[in-house]
Amino acid sequence: MAATETFYDVIRRQGVTRRSFVKFCSLTAASMGLGATGAVDMAQALETNERVPVIWMHGLECTCCSESFIRSAHPLVKDVVLSMISLDYDDTLMAAAGHQAEAILEETKAKYKGKYILAVEGNPPLNEGGMFCIDGGKPFVEKLKWMAEDAMAIIAWGACASWGCVQAAKPNPTQATPIDKVITNKPIIKVPGCPPIAEVMTGVVTFITTFGRLPELDRQGRPKMFYSQRIHDKCYRRPHFDAGQFVEEWDDEGARKGYCLYKMGCKGPTTYNACSTVRWNNGVSFPIQSGHGCIGCSEDGFWDKGPFYERLSNIHPFGVEANADKIGFAVAGTVGVAVAAHAGITAVKRITTKGSGSTDGGPPA
Amino acid sequence: MGTQTPNGFNLDNSGTRIVVDPVTRIEGHMRVEVNVDSNNVIRNAVSTGTMWRGIEVILRNRDPRDAWAFTERICGVCTGTHALTSVRAVEDALHIAIPENANSIRNLMQLALQVHDHIVHFYHLHALDWVDVVSALSADPKATSTLAQSISSWPLSSPGYFKDLQTRLKKFVDSGQLGPFKNGYWGSKAYRLPPEANLMAVAHYLEALDFQKDIVKIHTIFGGKNPHPNWLVGGVPCPINVDGVGSVGALNMERLNYVTEIIDRLIEFNDLVYLPDIAAIGSFYKDWLYGGGLSGKSVLAYGDIPENANDYTPGNLSLPQGAIINGNLSEIFPVDHRDPTEIQEFVSHSWYKYGDESKGLHPWDGVTDPHYELGPNAKGTKTNIVELDEGGKYSWIKAPRWKGHAMEVGPLARWVVGYAQNKAEFKDPVDKFLKDLGLPLPALFSTLGRTAARALESQWAGYKMRHFQQKLIARIKAGDSSTANTEKWDPKTWPSEVKGVGFTEAPRGALAHWIKIKDGKIDNYQCVVPTTWNGSPRDPQGNIGAFEASLMDTPMADPNQPLEILRTIHSFDPCLACSTHVMGPDGQEMAKVQVR
Repeated sequence: MAATETFYDVIRRQGVTRRSFVKFCSLTAASMGLGATGAVDMAQALETNERVPVIWMHGLECTCCSESFIRSAHPLVKDVVLSMISLDYDDTLMAAAGHQAEAILEETKAKYKGKYILAVEGNPPLNEGGMFCIDGGKPFVEKLKWMAEDAMAIIAWGACASWGCVQAAKPNPTQATPIDKVITNKPIIKVPGCPPIAEVMTGVVTFITTFGRLPELDRQGRPKMFYSQRIHDKCYRRPHFDAGQFVEEWDDEGARKGYCLYKMGCKGPTTYNACSTVRWNNGVSFPIQSGHGCIGCSEDGFWDKGPFYERLSNIHPFGVEANADKIGFAVAGTVGVAVAAHAGITAVKRITTKGSGSTDGGPPA
Repeated sequence: MGTQTPNGFNLDNSGTRIVVDPVTRIEGHMRVEVNVDSNNVIRNAVSTGTMWRGIEVILRNRDPRDAWAFTERICGVCTGTHALTSVRAVEDALHIAIPENANSIRNLMQLALQVHDHIVHFYHLHALDWVDVVSALSADPKATSTLAQSISSWPLSSPGYFKDLQTRLKKFVDSGQLGPFKNGYWGSKAYRLPPEANLMAVAHYLEALDFQKDIVKIHTIFGGKNPHPNWLVGGVPCPINVDGVGSVGALNMERLNYVTEIIDRLIEFNDLVYLPDIAAIGSFYKDWLYGGGLSGKSVLAYGDIPENANDYTPGNLSLPQGAIINGNLSEIFPVDHRDPTEIQEFVSHSWYKYGDESKGLHPWDGVTDPHYELGPNAKGTKTNIVELDEGGKYSWIKAPRWKGHAMEVGPLARWVVGYAQNKAEFKDPVDKFLKDLGLPLPALFSTLGRTAARALESQWAGYKMRHFQQKLIARIKAGDSSTANTEKWDPKTWPSEVKGVGFTEAPRGALAHWIKIKDGKIDNYQCVVPTTWNGSPRDPQGNIGAFEASLMDTPMADPNQPLEILRTIHSFDPCLACSTHVMGPDGQEMAKVQVR
């Protein structure tokens, strides 16, 4: 029973050396401008108390990320919540409301300065003074920035927090804004998808508590372990694509034989996600396996790249590699320019990667 | 001083004002303000939707066949129900008939959602309003086992099982890091369960958390993922191929068995855990019968779960349709979504503008012109609200009315309509539940009744799933493998201008989408959703909505701890992302969007 294990106990049990742990603390503290004393404080806190406090905030969203998170089969979400992290604030699950809920935020900021993870589901709208999303009588964006100030790291759950998602689709009437546009001085891990796969979500959280470092990220801030390959790269229907065997119409002979859905608008060739490998809901299926094309829900701006049933015009059968690579690169490139803000996380990652003995290459940018 | 509302509530805002913001354990963002008198009894209630996303504006000029995916993202808790409503609206507009198998599969998905949503709602969003987690630490595991075994044959009930759980819980609490249980209202006098019942309920909280992830695999099998499975205008995307070439990638025997097994398990969970828990908890709260609000007065149900495909008339719907007003259960009115005089939305107290705010507008003719302002007696500023003024505009939720009446929707509304229709499948379980607790029929109109109706419906839905699973298999056996009708898939086959309406019973209540299609694109899209009905602010006549009505006259054990408010508001299972409509910011291009 791990309930009274400290963060330090947990990562030591996972084989992280003391040296790596100390390095993790000093780098994380440095990335936050906390200095040498900050690192000592952090190390002491992580050794002597406590599961890592997680503050889970909701902006404009639909709560699909929370719903996905509780679907996790390995680990079970009850074990995550009871034994791995301390989910001290989560609008969806917490017992307290109103003042008692707000008090937790203040306490966390004071008691765990630089030691808590801020997990953000949804995004802040900036129009109407931010009052399209009111929380405690004030604009959500204020609360978000306020809690981000003292966070150790920030997780952007899902397409909303990462890219803007459906409420940011044209014409984006509320000016719904991805969180990295309003929090520019902190490491942000983007875990896109609408929603992300449950085991990807718990995988990201437990990676941090297991390996004592943030996971390797790509240029867009996504964990490479789940987002570095396209659905199409690992799709079990790929041989039908290569053989030119396509579904031509819903419920036709090709559909019943499980042919490729590319002509039905499948966005698998341009979508970076783990659906075709990890699959959904403990590996039961994923969209393509159940007969519908991928709608590209982990990609930036996917709502405006439709219609969903229109085939990708810039992907040609048999020439897919070159084209998809170009598209992937172009997307990464445009976002990459705006990633100066990620310098902090890059530094943490670079050194912690070495410290934990990873053989992966240097920083991606 | 009091004000009598036309729908029969006496409002008095002279006492102490209590603000609860954020209301947690709901979907989305919401605020409640109440006034309590010197005895701490609620005498005035104000509920406010505090978020807007604008999905309907975003839908304009898009492909109607994509609308299900956008509207599905209105809510990730009741995931799929908006998508189903959307494909029905498009099919209604274009006169598309879906195959019988698609109807059965859609019903299985919709019913799986009902069961999932009700179980997650009760155990994870609502139970902490009734169950004191900390009290469970002082339970005797042996007595807990005796209690559990006295109400159910559920196997996880040994003294050792409860002892282990208690030990884990104790370690958790002793760690000082209470996680989601932090700052709860533990020890409040408003909690009434003995420690053993609390421990049993905590065990079931965790078991339900494990189990709920399996229920949704039905969505994953048919729709590829959950949350947000895939749907299709004209049918369902998953093809059936039980034993031909390539069947391993389609709906085959293994997949059908998978679904059957989940249905068996969820029926068992309902019968042996959920229903006995509700009865046990109910027995300790049976004299706490507050929270009835509109449920004993005016309720509305659209009906759902068509037995046969493409027939949405009440006689073909397994869930009942009808409206009851002023508590007269002997008269049930039919509901017509197309009649411009029946369903109308008002904005006199909502942050929108109409030319004439004394009048309501039917969704096909709706106008959404956002107008954020606080009433003259509000305290604070526009970006730092201390207290709202319910005399002015105070919510992003519009006020829908049925023939001018504020209505409650949801499981209790459905079951009241079914009860009034004298249908045994709804009446008998209600009568049994009440009889077991020794309560009369009016006790149903309460927070407890709302919570019980949801459990009864979960049980009902489980057996209905078995029916549609058997029907699906029978049709496949008879040689019908069709799952989609593609005759009108190509927009070139569509008339230039059409309009349609689709409706469902979402877990939270009556849901409908109205669509207008012009030249192959969405010209207008409007959703009126359950929490718009239940969370509605006041209307021009001064009628209060279902949330507000339900809080009236409830005594609070301690006004600093809003436990009773949460208990009653949660009994509706609010979904605020659903409830709020189109919007556009002042001074921006979208500010003058008029949705007609």
